[in-house]
Amino acid sequence: MRARHQRLVLLATGLVALAISVWLVLSALKKNMVFFFTPTQVVAGEAPSQQRFRLGGLVEGGSVQRQGDGVTVSFTVTDLAQRLPVRYRGALPDLFKEGKGVVVQGRLLSDQVFVADEVLAKHDENYMPPEAAYALKKASADGKTAGLPR
Amino acid sequence: MTAELGHFALVLALGLACVQGTLPLLGAPRNRTRWMALARPAAAGQCLFVTLGFGALVHAFVSNDFSLAYVAANSNSHLALHYRIGAVWGGHEGSILLWIQILALWSVAVARFSRGLPDALVARVLGVMGLISVGFLCFLLFTSNPFDRLLPAPPDGRDLNPLLQDLGMMIHPPVLYMGYVGFSVAFAFAIAALLGGQLDAAWARWTRPWTLLAWALLTLGICLGSAWAYYELGWGGWWFWDAVENASFMPWLVGAALIHSLAVTEKRDSFKSWTALLAILAFSLSLLGTFLVRSGVLSSVHAFASDPRRGLYILLFLAVVIGAALALYAWRAPTVGLGKRFALFSRESLLMLNNLLLAVAAGTVLLGTLYPLALDALGLGKISVGPPYFDAVFVPLTMPLLLLAAVGPVSAWKRASVRGVLQRLARPAAAALVFVVTAGVTLVISWRAALGLALAAWLLLGTGADLLRRLWHQPKGTGWWARLGPVPLSYWGMVAAHAGLGVFAIGVTLVNSLETSNELGLRVGESAKLGDYRFAFTELKRIDGSNYLAARGRFDVTRGEERVATLYPERRIYVVQQMPMTEAAIDRGLWRDLYVSLGEATQDGRWLVRVQDKPFMGWIWAGALLIAAGGVLAAGDRRYRAAVRSRKAQAPARSDAELAVAQLASFGAQAPTID
Repeated sequence: MRARHQRLVLLATGLVALAISVWLVLSALKKNMVFFFTPTQVVAGEAPSQQRFRLGGLVEGGSVQRQGDGVTVSFTVTDLAQRLPVRYRGALPDLFKEGKGVVVQGRLLSDQVFVADEVLAKHDENYMPPEAAYALKKASADGKTAGLPR
Repeated sequence: MTAELGHFALVLALGLACVQGTLPLLGAPRNRTRWMALARPAAAGQCLFVTLGFGALVHAFVSNDFSLAYVAANSNSHLALHYRIGAVWGGHEGSILLWIQILALWSVAVARFSRGLPDALVARVLGVMGLISVGFLCFLLFTSNPFDRLLPAPPDGRDLNPLLQDLGMMIHPPVLYMGYVGFSVAFAFAIAALLGGQLDAAWARWTRPWTLLAWALLTLGICLGSAWAYYELGWGGWWFWDAVENASFMPWLVGAALIHSLAVTEKRDSFKSWTALLAILAFSLSLLGTFLVRSGVLSSVHAFASDPRRGLYILLFLAVVIGAALALYAWRAPTVGLGKRFALFSRESLLMLNNLLLAVAAGTVLLGTLYPLALDALGLGKISVGPPYFDAVFVPLTMPLLLLAAVGPVSAWKRASVRGVLQRLARPAAAALVFVVTAGVTLVISWRAALGLALAAWLLLGTGADLLRRLWHQPKGTGWWARLGPVPLSYWGMVAAHAGLGVFAIGVTLVNSLETSNELGLRVGESAKLGDYRFAFTELKRIDGSNYLAARGRFDVTRGEERVATLYPERRIYVVQQMPMTEAAIDRGLWRDLYVSLGEATQDGRWLVRVQDKPFMGWIWAGALLIAAGGVLAAGDRRYRAAVRSRKAQAPARSDAELAVAQLASFGAQAPTID
C-alpha cells in the first residue's frame, strides 16, 4: 500500500508540474508572438502602434542612406503599392541589398516611421525572404500594383 | 560517365536495402535462419554501393563536372579543392546522400559489433535500418537526384554560398548527421525489441553505447554549428533560436532524456516502455529536423508548391515512419510491464524528474518552432516566435535541471536517504554560496546571473566532491594511479558531462550578463573605446583572394599602456555571387573574447565597426566539448564490450535454459555496481 501511495504522489507531482509548465509555456508564447504586416497594412493603420511587429517588402532602390555618424541607416520598404520609411542603428546583414527583399522587426513611431531594432538576413538565394514575397504577392493580388518585379 | 555509374550504384543500393528491409524482418518471427542471415551481407553490400555513389558525386565536384545540375548550382572552378569536397553536402541533394551514406556506415557498424547478440534481434535491427534506408534512397532517386544532367552544360558553376566556404561548415554537417542518424540505431533497437517482445535490461545495455555515441556526436555537431555562427556570421551571436538550430536541439534534448532513462532500464529494469518511447521520439525528431532544414518548409511553407513531389513525399514518409512506430508502441508497450518499484526519493525518481524536464523543454522548442509554420499553413496569419519566448520558458526549465544534476549521482537507487544526500552535498552547497557571493560582489551582476552562477558552481562542486569521495573510499595504501582503476569509464563520462554542463552554464550566464559592445563609424586612424580597451583602426588594405576581393582592416587593441592584440577583420565581396561577407576577427582567451567586425563603408571613407568584449565566451565551447567527451567516455565503458563478448561465448548452443542462466548471471553481475 505504501509503495502504491508513493507512486500516486509521484504521478500527481508530475502531472501538476506538467500542467504548470504547459501554462507557463503557453502564456510565454502568447506574450512573445510577433505579428507580420505589409506596408499597405501599416499605412492603412492595421498595425499596432504600441507593440513590436515585423514588416516585410522590398528595399526601394536608391533609398538606403547612411547618416553622418556611419552607424544610423535609413531606407524605404515597399510592397510596390505603399512605402514606409525605416530607421535602424547598426550593421546591416550581409545579404541586405537595394531592390531585394527584407524583413525588419521593431516599432512604429507616431510620424509613420518604422524604427527597426533587427534587420533579418534569413532568406533564399534569390534574396527573397518568404514574408517579403508574401507582402508583394498580397499587394499585387489586391490589384494595387502592376505585378511582381522580375 | 562516372555520374551515371554513381546513379546506377545508388539504384543497386536501393535494391539491397529492399532485401535488408524485408527478408530479415519477415524471417525473425518465423525463425528462418537463412532469411535472417541475409541482414549482415545486405547491409555491407548496401554500404558499398552507397559509398560508390557518394564517391561518384565527390568525383564530379573535384573534377568540376558542371554538366551535373547539382554541381553547377553549388560549386565553381575557382573554389579551392577542400571547399569543393565540402560543397558535396552544401545543397539539398548532396545532404540527403550524405545522410544515406552515414546511415549505411552505422548499419555496417551495427552488423560488425553485434556478433554476440541474438540473431533475431540483429535481423530485426538491421531490417528496420534497411527500411529507413529504402525511404531515403527512394526520396533521393525519385525527387532529389544529385546526378541529374544539365544540358547544355554551363561553362562554370554558380559557386558555393560564401557563408559555407569555411572549414567549420565543412565538418559540421557530417558530424551533425552522424548524431541524427545515430539515433536510428536506438530507434531500430526499440522497434526490434517491441516486435520481439524482449524489452529488458539486456536490451538497454545493448542500446546504450550506440545512443551515447550518437548523442555525443550530435552535441559536437551542434557545437560546431554554433561556433560557426559565432565567427562566420560576423556579428558575434552564437545561438539565435532559429528554426534550423531548434531542429537539431530537439533531438538533442530528447536524446539526453533517453540516455538517462536507458540507465534506469539497464540498472533497475524500470522505465522500460518510457525508454522505448523516447528512442522512437528521438529519431522521429531527427527525421523532422532533417526535413525541416532540407525541405524548404522553413523558407516558406508554400515551398511545397514549387516542388509538390518533394513536400508530399516528406510528409508521407514522416507520417508512415512515426505513425507506424507509435502504433507498434501503442500495441506492444502495455505488455512490457512496469518494472521494479522505487521509493519517492531515489535515483529513479530524480531521473524521472530529469526526463520530465527535458521532455517538457523539447516540447516547448517544438511548439515554438512548429506553431508559426502551422498557423501559416492554415492561412491564419504570419507570426514569428523569437528568442524572448525561448528565454522565458528555457531559463526556468534549466535551473532545476542544474540543481538536480548534482543530486542524482549521489543518491542511491531504489531508496535514497535524504539525510545522507544532504550530508554529502552540504559542503559543495556552502562552497558554491561563498563563491557566488564573492563573484557577485567583484563582478557586480544581476540576481538572475548570480543564481545561474550559483547553480553552475553547485553542480561543479557537487560532482567534484562525489568524484573525490569515490577515489578516497578505497583500501588504504592504494596508489593514486591505482585508485583510478576501479572507477568505471561510464562514471567518468557522467562526471565529464555534468561538469561540462556546469562550465557551459557559467559561460552562458557571464556572456549574457557581462558582454559589452559598441558600434560606430570609424575612419582609418581613429579609434573606438570599449571599457578599458582601445581599438585603434590603423590600416586598411586591399586583399585579392582566390574567389573574392576584400578590404582588410588592422586594429591594434590596447589596455592602458599594454598591447593586447592585433586584429585583422575583413569585408569581402565574393565575385561569382556578388555577395558581401563580414569576416570577423577574434582574439580568444580563457577569460574573454575580443571581437571586431568590419561593416559597410560610407562615401566619405567611414567604416562601420563593431567591437565587442565577450567575457567567458570560450567556456561555452569548452562546456559543450566536455559534454560530448562525457558521452564518448561513457560509451566506451568496459561492461558494454563485456556484455557483447559474454553473449558471443554462449552463441554456439543457446537453449532457453542457458539464456535464463545467462540473464541471471548478468543481473548478478550488475548488483555490486549499485550504490
